[in-house]
Amino acid sequence: MNPAAPTPEPAPAPAAAAPAISEAERAELRRQGILLTSIEELYNWGRSNSVWPLQFGLACCAIEMIAASMARFDIARFGSEVFRPSPRQADLLIVSGTVTKKMAPQVVRLWNQMPEPKYCIAMGACAISGGPFKQGYNVLKGIDRYIPVDLYLPGCPPRPEALLHGLMELQAKIRTQPLTGPAAPPHLRPGADGGECVIPDFGPHDLEPPHDSARWQPPRLIRTE
Amino acid sequence: MGTIEQLHARLSARFPDAALTVVLNPGPAAQHSLLVPATQARAIAEFLRDDPELQLDTCSNVTGIDWPEREITETVRRTVTEPLPADAPPGTAPAAKVVEEKVRRVVPGHLEVVYHLYSVARGHGPVILRLRTVDRGDQVALPSLTPVWRACEFQEREVFDLFGVVFTGHPDLRRLLMWDEFRDHPMRKDYVEPDDYEWEPTPHDRILTQAQRHYPAPPAGSGESAPR
Ligand code: SF4
Repeated sequence: MNPAAPTPEPAPAPAAAAPAISEAERAELRRQGILLTSIEELYNWGRSNSVWPLQFGLACCAIEMIAASMARFDIARFGSEVFRPSPRQADLLIVSGTVTKKMAPQVVRLWNQMPEPKYCIAMGACAISGGPFKQGYNVLKGIDRYIPVDLYLPGCPPRPEALLHGLMELQAKIRTQPLTGPAAPPHLRPGADGGECVIPDFGPHDLEPPHDSARWQPPRLIRTE
Repeated sequence: MGTIEQLHARLSARFPDAALTVVLNPGPAAQHSLLVPATQARAIAEFLRDDPELQLDTCSNVTGIDWPEREITETVRRTVTEPLPADAPPGTAPAAKVVEEKVRRVVPGHLEVVYHLYSVARGHGPVILRLRTVDRGDQVALPSLTPVWRACEFQEREVFDLFGVVFTGHPDLRRLLMWDEFRDHPMRKDYVEPDDYEWEPTPHDRILTQAQRHYPAPPAGSGESAPR
């Protein structure tokens, strides 16, 4: 035996694009009492079913959010009944209501204080765009001008069912979130920092800046015909 | 409590040197009010509160009105005496004639604060007081009625915030709704709001003009249509 001759390494398993085992086969295994999963799936299953919202309401929409947490609608069925009184313990910011310009810096500050991974639902017309108060002088025309919004929940107010549906959509989003690669949540991407959102200052006539231009630009109008 | 005229008469007897005016409301509500000079407002308010017959112990509402400078056209009737014709017989009285004229008049702008007073003890009200500032510029001080009715405190702060009326004698005159650094008074007619609704799905009227500023029409002949 020639010691200099390199031992042929076993060829590395090709990076499987398709799962080596199909969904049907997995279901069959599960019936036999064998559970197959991946860390990613387990991790996302866990965190998607314990999305803890921040206990924070702004206007009339907050009443619907509160109703959603009560026995009749029972947000606890989805693992989100633990409304946290501190942003440090919350995963989800439900911007439930009108964000006045006087309140906007505080909302952004709460968002900045939440640890990653964190998600934001803009609940109701007000949080999305200013809603019925859009043409008023002191209402922020959408919280997405300062913080990234994962889910827009239209309605004035959206019914509790709508909030529950929104939560389920968010759970679906969390479940498909990869833990590696560029689409991973910022806290799992080395070097990537979710970054603090710009907290606006109170200016003499308006908030300064009136929106975070890195995050929000007015929609582009595409003309047809 | 009596009518507003009776109240006016009582107050005029009690405060002979105060120029009190009854402002009639011609609408169906017929809520007439009393225009009170700023210098005596405090004393009159105290009288209204303490007078055993009136006992207006509650101020339920304080609100502001902005009256910008405006030009009004009034019809005035004037009696003119026509000059006598030269051949009139001596001793003829000159003929008097009533003519109607349209007169344009500029009403200077001012700010107004309106108080609605009720008596819980006697179950009557409202008595409506109006106070006017001298102008809308730098003479916007009015006496605060918070020392008389504690309920005015926040509402006067709101009027200060939104209209810019400065209440002298107010214990804590800070802005109520807007932030302290804010410089404007949003409820004034000439307030220019920040242009921060760049996008409006169904613009019309003033908002359409604003939307066209943000989304100018494409140059003619470019094949694109103007915003609709
Ligand atoms: S969207 Fe409607 S219900 Fe919700 S906060 Fe705004 S006004 Fe209230």
